[in-house]
Amino acid sequence: MKKLVLGNEALAQGAIDAGISGVYAYPGTPSTEITEYIQRSKTAKSLGIHSTWSVNEKTAMEAALGMSYTGKRSMVVMKHVGLNVASDVFMNMAVSGINGGMIVVVADDPSMHSSQNEQDSRFYGKFAMIPILEPSNQQDAYNVMHYAFDLSEELKLPILVRMVTRLSHSRAGVIFKERRTQNGIQLPVDTTQFALIPAYAKKQFEKLVSKKSLLIESSEKSTYNKLCLSKKDRSLGIITSGIAYNYVMENIDENKDFFSILKISQYPLPKEKIKEIYKHCDKILVVEEGYPLIEEVLHNYFDENDKIKGKLTGDLPLTGELNPNTVGKAAGFFQENTKNIPDIVSGRPPQLCEGCGHTDLFNAINELIPEIGNKKVFGDIGCYALGALPPLNTINTLIDMGASITMAKGAADAGLENVIAIIGDSTFTHSGMTGLLDAVYENTPITVIISDNSAVAMTGAQDSTAVGRLKSICLGIGVPPEHVKTIVPLKKNHSANVDIIRKELEYKNVSVIIAQRPCVRLSRDKKEEIKQKIAALN
Amino acid sequence: MNTNIIISGVGGQGILTIAAVLDTAALNENLFVKQSEVHGMSQRGGAVESHVRISDQEVYSDLIPQGKANLILSVEPMELLRHIPYLKSDGWLLTDSNPFMNIVNYPERHELYKQIKLYPHHIIINATEEAKKLGNSKVANMVLLGAASTLLPLSEESLKTAIKDLFLRKSEKVVNLNLEAFEIGKKLAQNFSEFVYS
Repeated sequence: MKKLVLGNEALAQGAIDAGISGVYAYPGTPSTEITEYIQRSKTAKSLGIHSTWSVNEKTAMEAALGMSYTGKRSMVVMKHVGLNVASDVFMNMAVSGINGGMIVVVADDPSMHSSQNEQDSRFYGKFAMIPILEPSNQQDAYNVMHYAFDLSEELKLPILVRMVTRLSHSRAGVIFKERRTQNGIQLPVDTTQFALIPAYAKKQFEKLVSKKSLLIESSEKSTYNKLCLSKKDRSLGIITSGIAYNYVMENIDENKDFFSILKISQYPLPKEKIKEIYKHCDKILVVEEGYPLIEEVLHNYFDENDKIKGKLTGDLPLTGELNPNTVGKAAGFFQENTKNIPDIVSGRPPQLCEGCGHTDLFNAINELIPEIGNKKVFGDIGCYALGALPPLNTINTLIDMGASITMAKGAADAGLENVIAIIGDSTFTHSGMTGLLDAVYENTPITVIISDNSAVAMTGAQDSTAVGRLKSICLGIGVPPEHVKTIVPLKKNHSANVDIIRKELEYKNVSVIIAQRPCVRLSRDKKEEIKQKIAALN
Repeated sequence: MNTNIIISGVGGQGILTIAAVLDTAALNENLFVKQSEVHGMSQRGGAVESHVRISDQEVYSDLIPQGKANLILSVEPMELLRHIPYLKSDGWLLTDSNPFMNIVNYPERHELYKQIKLYPHHIIINATEEAKKLGNSKVANMVLLGAASTLLPLSEESLKTAIKDLFLRKSEKVVNLNLEAFEIGKKLAQNFSEFVYS
């Protein structure tokens, strides 16, 4: 029987049924529901599958690699920008290879629905020289996991599975298969594979490079790469991959016999199949979600630029996600005349929830801005990033996880005074702690405000590893106890909070203010649980 | 058979519940379904949408092409108009008349209704008021679903079964409340002739 699930949930069930012993992850839209599904799964619980959140993507990936080292199957899950954080271990474990099957699931966010860029993770897979699988639909997302783990163990390499927002967050009926039992502990035959001192690393890197032809061969015969050549019409061939395949089929469904289609779901690219469709057709349209990876490779293969159409030729947009209309237009299909949105419709951007503690904190800071000067507030990733928008306009920067503290430090080093960094509790433990040590080490005059709502709120209020630990972490890093202040961002505390922030800005060294109030979206029970945890740890 | 439905509103207004009922009912009728939804940042009081596609054949795109929606079902009138480019030439517009005004430049209400009335296939009902009469403004979404049921290829029985399936884990009382809201919405749509705003 079909079960109605999100693409993310189908993938998660696929991982459980492929016999994983653990998933490691840090929440991030659009990837979050994969781990949440496993956390909620009774089957996963009864099988003892690890699923607790990690502090960040790097710690998550390393832990997953550790599990693979023991011979068990593991999975690590993140959003596209999370792979930047984990890229150190990612690049190196391609060289070391794995023991138990290991899958890296990365969910890209073209159109930046909830992200600060549109980076295409396939380039990371190519960079690391490992296979990439790119499911097109929910059933694919389920099926591909079984295949991916087998392939990983066969090639002794981690496999990258690339999801995108529209597949992650779309539901369909999916049929589940039987579950494979978990691997037992079986340590690597030769552990030197994992000890990347230069002598061993050179050997491993050569091994990795020499696997290239094996990887291409696997792609050539993979059922995930499907070639259909049209005998009726040779004018247009379409090479497409992942979610983009759906937009192609949406347009050509009734006329599919008149088009040659190469559907790519496994990389490195199957060169022979590409050559076949290229020779067969007069023109080639490349339809892929993300950056023009396949299209660039095609230009490298063939020296006839006017035969290949795609993003580089302007037939498809280089920014934003694809949709059935942009793809239909590029393939030369008639598009319905549609009515425009009436002029009276105004934008409705996201905003902080009613009663949110971040708002009270921003109001306190805004009151100080006339005194301290404009453009001195460095922000970070989380709900509080909405403080960069009107009417608050408090935050001036938002770059990556943890950058508030380190950018504030650099600005202070340059001589800017009264510099403030605002960072959430979970973002602080994810990537803020190390930057704080930089500032403490050099006695840099910055004031770090940790807006502590005791949750990873933006992605749906997951548990934060920071709960109850912020003060002791800051003290441990070396911030003097008299300059680690705790405030409660509430309207009634407004003037007292303004005074505390002003006073800490006057202190010309590192100070930390923990603005502590649980996320308004948390249930009463959860708030009580957090209160008790904070009390127990302090 | 191929039915495309856009559900629109503001984060937190219960549009995913409407989508879940439609999905479940369609799957129970052995139809193919795809339903895309919005998670993450936009959910915080921003405009949200869900694309529901129901067919007797495989559905490819998770997104409805512009100009192909048979129905735009909105829990909020301005959000209905935001999705006009998706409307099929003979498609239907259905909305709650109640605005959700969390922005400073919200348009004049009568202007919104005037724009909606330009399309002959429209139904505007005060779903929120009907839900309040039932004692819970949250079931406005089920009033709207009941109204939509008159325009859908799904049987009333399978929609009601889906409501039961979805709400039973809460309580039988909740199930009945939602079914009652559904009935009221259905009748309002059947008897709808013109929306008058005074």
